[in-house]
Amino acid sequence: MSNTDKNEILNKMQERVNLIFKNSDCSAILDKALTMKQDDIIKSVTDSGLRGRGGAGFPTGLKWKGAAAASGNIKYIICNADEGEPGTFKDRRILEEEADKVITGMAICAYAVGVSEGYIYLRGEYNFMKDKLQGECDKWNDKFKSKKLNFTVNVRSGAGAYVCGEETALIESMEGRRGEPRNKPPFPVGAGYMNEPTVVNNVETLAYVATIIDKGADYFKSIGTKDSMGGKVFSVSGDCAVKGIYELPLGMTMQEFVDLFGDGDTKAVQVGGASGTCVPRKNFATTVIGFEGVPTGGSMMLFNSKRSMFNALRNYLEFFEEESCGQCTPCRVGCQQLLKGIEAIRSGERPVSYIEELRKLAVTMSVASKCGLGQSVASPFNSITEHFREEICY
Amino acid sequence: MDNVTLTINDIKVTVEKGATILDAAKKVGVRIPTLCHHEDLCVAGNCRVCVVEQKGARALQASCAVPAAEGMQIYTNTKKVREARKTIIELLLSEHAGECTSCYRSGNCELQAIAQEYLADGDAFIDVADMTEIDISSPAIVKDDSKCIKCTRCVRTCAELQGVSALWAINKGNHTKISTFMSKPMHYVVCTNCGQCINRCPTGALTERNYIQDVWSAIDDPEVHVVVQTAPAVRVGLGEALGMEPGRVVTGKMAAALRKLGFDSVLDTDFSADLTIMEEGTELLVRLKEALAEKKNVALPMMTSCSPGWIKFIEHQYPELLDNLSTCKSPQQMFGALAKTYYAKKKGVDPSKMISVSIMPCTAKKFEAARPEMNSSGFQDVDYVLTTRELGHMIRQAGIDFENLQDEKFDTIMGESTGAAVIFGATGGVMEAALRTAYEIVTGREVPFANLNIEPVRGMDGIKSAAVKIEKVKPEWSFLEGAELKVAIAHGLVNADKLMKEIEAGKSPYHFIEIMACPGGCIGGGGQPIPTSPEIRKKRAEAIYVADSELPIRKSHENPEIQMIYKDFLHEPLGHHSHELLHTHYTPRRNVK
Ligand SMILES: Cc1cc2nc3c(=O)[nH]c(=O)nc-3n(C[C@H](O)[C@H](O)[C@H](O)COP(=O)(O)O)c2cc1C
Ligand code: SF4
Repeated sequence: MSNTDKNEILNKMQERVNLIFKNSDCSAILDKALTMKQDDIIKSVTDSGLRGRGGAGFPTGLKWKGAAAASGNIKYIICNADEGEPGTFKDRRILEEEADKVITGMAICAYAVGVSEGYIYLRGEYNFMKDKLQGECDKWNDKFKSKKLNFTVNVRSGAGAYVCGEETALIESMEGRRGEPRNKPPFPVGAGYMNEPTVVNNVETLAYVATIIDKGADYFKSIGTKDSMGGKVFSVSGDCAVKGIYELPLGMTMQEFVDLFGDGDTKAVQVGGASGTCVPRKNFATTVIGFEGVPTGGSMMLFNSKRSMFNALRNYLEFFEEESCGQCTPCRVGCQQLLKGIEAIRSGERPVSYIEELRKLAVTMSVASKCGLGQSVASPFNSITEHFREEICY
Repeated sequence: MDNVTLTINDIKVTVEKGATILDAAKKVGVRIPTLCHHEDLCVAGNCRVCVVEQKGARALQASCAVPAAEGMQIYTNTKKVREARKTIIELLLSEHAGECTSCYRSGNCELQAIAQEYLADGDAFIDVADMTEIDISSPAIVKDDSKCIKCTRCVRTCAELQGVSALWAINKGNHTKISTFMSKPMHYVVCTNCGQCINRCPTGALTERNYIQDVWSAIDDPEVHVVVQTAPAVRVGLGEALGMEPGRVVTGKMAAALRKLGFDSVLDTDFSADLTIMEEGTELLVRLKEALAEKKNVALPMMTSCSPGWIKFIEHQYPELLDNLSTCKSPQQMFGALAKTYYAKKKGVDPSKMISVSIMPCTAKKFEAARPEMNSSGFQDVDYVLTTRELGHMIRQAGIDFENLQDEKFDTIMGESTGAAVIFGATGGVMEAALRTAYEIVTGREVPFANLNIEPVRGMDGIKSAAVKIEKVKPEWSFLEGAELKVAIAHGLVNADKLMKEIEAGKSPYHFIEIMACPGGCIGGGGQPIPTSPEIRKKRAEAIYVADSELPIRKSHENPEIQMIYKDFLHEPLGHHSHELLHTHYTPRRNVK
């Protein structure tokens, strides 16, 4: 495929989705929502098939329904803008360009669920946009007042650790404590920020909510596949012909994706960031990008054949070793052991067969860790060591 | 209360809503191993050794943290569970510098026990122990990070039970560790030395600074006369350190064992506990007189000063309330000052050749003995403080068959005591002892409670209060006629803190407050045998009250040795000698020192 062909296809695909970065009148969208019945909004979000874009993929409608049914003195919505996953940078662009949609999504949630306070938990490294974003919030807070919506939204600065993107660690950090994930249950929808019912949604999820109210659930559903409805904003990086941020339908095969973005020599794609899964070339044709295949929070890292997968894995493990919150044993010690383990195999201090012990350890981490961080380390570890065993061990 | 029904290993069990899977398992006799869980503390759910399998769930569940839910099917002994637990234990071993042959906690270490149970391989993974230098800055507490497994029991103890938060988790990931403010050494932070963290540490990461060798050296030195005193709570704890069940009173065996170890004089802190009552009771009456009759501006409520963890707490946190503290030294320090003066003289021993050892249920006593002002005898008043645990070690080292020892008595003239002194060991005990004496001084009659048992001040409520009506007083106490003496008792510094806040706010209705740093009082002290739990502390306290009720004399002022020391040496409470030897002052430490 020539580059012009590629660009044409890419443009077409983006055009087909084109929800997030398209100009829309958010004030009108909110007005529309405010004329709807609360239950109908939740139903619409449920019908759209929207699932969380922060990585875990929890059905958004179901989350809202839970929060609406929960009882508390006050309810909160938190927009998770911690965007810490290596290789992900789409929330930043959405907030820079489409803060209106995100805030509108929050306001729609507020109206539908009975939330009266909202916070945008902004990644510490994104502080450069904090004032501007707070300005947007202030503008909208005035609008809410004039529209008689009992809701305010404000920006809170993130605490700077990757784990603070995990929703309960995020809440702990907002409450002024160490960013450590909580035991679940209770889940935030029942007892979250300040022990009150709290909806935590990703930036992109909330922006999509605004577009769903705008265009209708059916339109959203018509994009993507049965299990992965709607569009998705991808952060494409690595050894690519084109890279950057693209809104594409879910449900593509990896082959289609690599054909569009790769440099012609792609040997593997790390889907979903450091905590995601590595797809090797031999599986490109059979792998679907979406909840039925490899789900992703948006990060797509392409590796060509010049790259050492040992280095890639070591880099991820160095990240986890440091970014584990450190509270639970499998993750705190397990991450260190995986890293030290592959290094020891490389240097000959441990036999090659030790890799099997490490793979078992990763499985234990995936079932016994307290939160998604420790639970997900097995995804990169076991996929990379499965498909690139030689590169890791020798 | 709602109930939920679930199955544990296919056994049906119904528990109250809110109970955990661990609680449910316990109810049907299924034991699940735990490390970070502790009955006294909030749930952490971080060690993960208590994981169990829930049918239909991908991930394992931490049974200590997950509430039992209707219809849950839980399996505690599947292949998946066993393998995960073993791996987790092996991970813990990899960050734990195991020195099981030489470790102070060997044989009493929860990690060692669970590793043995699962036949975990200490070398399965690569050694990643934190080899930071062992912190021996404090005379009371030793912190060895290389043995720490980050269960955070110490952190939760310090925050929840003591309201101190000297220990906290710092950093993250592989750099996570339990540390102090700015990672300062333990001696230079707000630590009260109470040792409650030690009592809950599952490994040897936190231990008391042990002085066993120093004490052996003193005993071995023929030139030196070694006196030993034993605190009230030791006699109801020591048995546990030697394999006996909680709640045994072993006073007589302890005296016998101390003699066998080679101590030259085997004496009793209970003697000076009685003395404390004479001094402190009088001090209270004087303060009341000054306040009520002379309308002077004196600090009330008066607060007890026997608990050195509490003293350091108030010096740090409420230095402006130091005047409210009784000026009485603790019984240990009264004893120490008298041992090298009164006792030495009476027995013809050269005090410069005397080593004074105390056996305490407490680690803060080590700090107290080392306070610079504690040298009124002209020497360091107490040379070495051993915990109940350290004494247990010495008895084992000496090969003494403790359980079968014949009871022996303490030596005279600082070995006689009363039931009032024994109960110092339990929360409320000092108050009860003080009331038994003060009431009688003022009215000439016994306190108006059946069998002298002042029930309202007993028990394990965090804060207790009582009011005693004072009527038909002796003429010299006429200003107290009809007054109602209001008292309160707190144990656990988090409870003490509440009473202090009340005083600060000017809302404290009390005249006299007893505070013990440790939950349960000294019977739950930081130097007592490990483990501790509400149940164990209850048994120790019951033993204390049994010991009291069985003693022939139960009021401090009736102790013949006390009467003798006032006749021969001190002359009167708060007298000249008392002031020199038995009273002290305090050090504000708002800026951590
Ligand atoms: C270690 C860790 C980091 C996470 N970081 C983020 C993040 O940066 N942004 C985010 O939206 N979700 C993050 N999540 C997922 C959140 O916990 C949560 O599921 C999500 O914010 C819910 O929103 P959604 O349903 O709209 O996706 C993270 C989860 C884990 C375990
Ligand atoms: S899995 Fe990792 S990040 Fe999550 S609670 Fe455990 S140590 Fe913390």
